[in-house]
Amino acid sequence: MDVVETLTESMRQAVGPQAAAFAIAAVGINLQFGYTGLLNFGQVAFLLAGAYGLGITVDAGGSFWLGLVVAITSAVLLAFLLGVPTLRLRADYLAIVTVATGEILRLVVGSAWGGDNLGTGGPQGVKEVTGVFRDLNPIPDGSYGFSSFRFESQTLWVTLVGWTLALAATLLVRQLVRSPWGRVLRSIREDEDAARSLGKNVFAYKMQSLALGGVMGAIGGIIITLNFTSVIPDYFIPTVTFFAYAVVILGGAGSVWGPLVGSVIFWFVIQFSESSLDATVPEDILSSQDLAALRFVLVGVLLMALMVFRPQGLLGKKEELLADG
Amino acid sequence: MADDVILVADGVQRVFGGLTAVDVDHVEVPRGRITALIGPNGAGKTTLFNLLTGFDKPTEGSWSFDGHQLAGVPAHKVARYGMVRTFQLTKALSKMSVLDNMRLAAPDQSGERILTSLVPGTWRARERAVTEEAEALLERFNLAHMRDDYAGTLSGGQRKLLEMARALMAKPKMLMLDEPMAGVNPALVQSLLEHIKQLRTDGMTVLFVEHDMDVVMGISDQVVCMAEGQVISVGTPHHVGSDPKVIEAYLGLRRAVEFEEGYVEGHGG
Ligand SMILES: Nc1ncnc2c1ncn2[C@@H]1O[C@H](COP(=O)(O)OP(=O)(O)O)[C@@H](O)[C@H]1O
Ligand SMILES: [Mg+2]
Repeated sequence: MDVVETLTESMRQAVGPQAAAFAIAAVGINLQFGYTGLLNFGQVAFLLAGAYGLGITVDAGGSFWLGLVVAITSAVLLAFLLGVPTLRLRADYLAIVTVATGEILRLVVGSAWGGDNLGTGGPQGVKEVTGVFRDLNPIPDGSYGFSSFRFESQTLWVTLVGWTLALAATLLVRQLVRSPWGRVLRSIREDEDAARSLGKNVFAYKMQSLALGGVMGAIGGIIITLNFTSVIPDYFIPTVTFFAYAVVILGGAGSVWGPLVGSVIFWFVIQFSESSLDATVPEDILSSQDLAALRFVLVGVLLMALMVFRPQGLLGKKEELLADG
Repeated sequence: MADDVILVADGVQRVFGGLTAVDVDHVEVPRGRITALIGPNGAGKTTLFNLLTGFDKPTEGSWSFDGHQLAGVPAHKVARYGMVRTFQLTKALSKMSVLDNMRLAAPDQSGERILTSLVPGTWRARERAVTEEAEALLERFNLAHMRDDYAGTLSGGQRKLLEMARALMAKPKMLMLDEPMAGVNPALVQSLLEHIKQLRTDGMTVLFVEHDMDVVMGISDQVVCMAEGQVISVGTPHHVGSDPKVIEAYLGLRRAVEFEEGYVEGHGG
């Protein structure tokens, strides 16, 4: 097993466009779950809304910029659609409705019917959706990096934009949660009746948190789309949501920088376990398919160990956990 | 009582399945006075609190507070009209500091709006004023030394104090306290009572739930007694305390000893 090769390949994943996209989506979940206590188990639906909002618009001849507007607007509409009937009810209603909506959307956009009636391209998805984004790339053609830590010009461009947006989302959330607005969110996370008794319109705050976090999910979906240059329905499986939650919990729910750090580490571990297992376990003992499954078992074990030894996540505050009760 | 009335409720009823938890024909709360709501366990006091403050919806009934019809008004608006309640099971926000608990409650904070929150310049001055107000109240409630601690680290009695101080931060016209003295050690009870009396001096209306007659005798201007969902007696502490219906309601729940001790002492003192 080539250790250097494995390490550099893992580093590439850890800072690559997918990690950036998950970081942004995770910043959104952190706002919803970490700061507001909302269980949005369908963040993937927001990624999908972002991806298809852009894809369908560009495919229909609209500009890239119009595509962005459509993508963000779709995410806000989706947040209202999900939030209005559920946010006045107990927390679990949102969880059920969001997880179901994610699956429904994926099946609809990926169906032949969706291809015929919604312009989603059906099972094949939408191709060549980057539009003017490619042309804006200021990085000269070529390949950058060393060993396996290497990005093509286009990938590097998406990666840079992705991490810039992840940073912007993080700074936005930092500003918000340090303000009195964020104080209201935290009070809702702890006890929404207390917040209500003090005159806070809990429903409005939950809606804002869901919508803003959802828009971040959509931006994550856009980054993933720009990286693939196409929208593929099969990408938007529920696992995406749970990976994003793993990222949040790893980094520390309710910590500002947690999602960024969490995403880097998460994707490093995913790639590292895949590469090292591939290289060390012979094919006749475990097929590569079983290996793919095994690495998620490893990630699960890692998360469990984290919960035992550092339940607040890497950057979370221990005192907050202790102050319970 | 010829005083100005701040709260009037008529025909307020709440049925849970087959149980009529609250069935109040008429009740009034005079402005600027201390009213005690007493009654044995399960009488419907907390349910009535929940109904009046918009935390629960009545099967039927109407009530008005300070000129606002409140039936169907959501809880946060009720609070903004100036009717602020505390909870029987204290709701201190454990993972927030004592100071943040206090600051949260202040009204009219432009920093609580999502767009203005992004421009600290627009809310810093208000935040400073809110903090000063909070610190003064914490001082008054002997919690100033805990200001930066998580509220979860406070003792039960301190949480009751914090919840009351926090409710005051919301600038209520009427403060509704659900068993503020329950589980509080006797030394703190005295200071809580002093605080409540001080509020009356400051012109505030207080409605509090309590079943210790001693306490009720000492400080209330009006006592309302509920039993099995209904108001069975209203009047001065002395009047209600000697009302046979009240005594029977308490006796019926084998609280005779507790009640009579309280009554005799309170009456004598
Ligand atoms: N959510 C509820 N569902 C069903 N019954 C309830 C509910 N809340 C209160 N009750 C019942 O209503 C009655 C009044 O309760 P409560 O208002 O808590 O009394 P109190 O505060 O005077 O002790 C009790 O019999 C209680 O069991
Ligand atoms: Mg009660």
